[in-house]
Amino acid sequence: MSDVVKFRFDVDGSDFSSAGAASVTVKKKLRQLGYSPDVIRRVSIAMYEGEINMVIHANGGIAEVEASDDKIVIVLADKGPGIPDVELAMQAGYSTAKDHIRNLGFGAGMGLPNMIKYTDDLRIDTVVGEGTTITMTVLI
Amino acid sequence: MKISEIGKLLDAELLAGEEHLDSEVISACCSDMMSDVLAYVKDQGVLITGLINSQVIRTANMMDMICIVFVRGKRPTPEMVELAEECGIAVMCSEKRAFEASGILYAAGLSHSGGH
Ligand SMILES: Nc1ncnc2c1ncn2[C@@H]1O[C@H](COP(=O)(O)OP(=O)(O)O)[C@@H](O)[C@H]1O
Ligand SMILES: [Mg+2]
Repeated sequence: MSDVVKFRFDVDGSDFSSAGAASVTVKKKLRQLGYSPDVIRRVSIAMYEGEINMVIHANGGIAEVEASDDKIVIVLADKGPGIPDVELAMQAGYSTAKDHIRNLGFGAGMGLPNMIKYTDDLRIDTVVGEGTTITMTVLI
Repeated sequence: MKISEIGKLLDAELLAGEEHLDSEVISACCSDMMSDVLAYVKDQGVLITGLINSQVIRTANMMDMICIVFVRGKRPTPEMVELAEECGIAVMCSEKRAFEASGILYAAGLSHSGGH
């Protein structure tokens, strides 16, 4: 695998039923590319949490994944409301999700902590009123 | 424990993944909160839930789980069953409540932790 393999997905923010579909596809592709189960699991969980966040908090966006020999980089970009207090948002258990989101099984405030836990690097670029871009790197 | 034995113990109907009936699992997790499954599951092979949506299947796929038991008579949609087939996950439905289903499996030897 000396090439960089790239994937790009439009994550539809208006349709919760498809939320997470991009992560399922990426997991399948990474298996085909021969990455180790541990790397695949870490990328899957981190991307899935971020993809769900884009749908429930930001009305969707674009997900891009670059897989190479030494690392996998996931970029999730949305034009949602932005995150006013990133430090607070990163705290375990902090969530602004309403009851209807919790009834769908999400909104425990563990997404960002989980994304940090499973990646080697996580960067959040966010501007209130403009959107959020989350860049995560998993080293091979 | 084999997946087939889970089906028998819970009097469950198999909807997907007949080819996994002989697969072995050692632990399970019971939750309607997929957020908690993502945060706390380690190596549990089985998800017991009463939640019905496609994210149940996708969450199990992310966590490398191989069997989902829908309890309290909840039935997954055909789209969910198809997605589970694609992901290689066995799907079954039981009339039992989550607490009872979990208790039966626990008593029969499934643990709550990954077992490592
Ligand atoms: N892409 C995003 N756009 C806007 N806000 C976000 C985004 N991702 C996360 N947040 C904010 O950060 C909080 C914490 O996120 P997370 O840890 O994933 O928990 P949860 O999704 O369960 O609420 C969210 O409740 C939300 O307020
Ligand atoms: Mg989240």
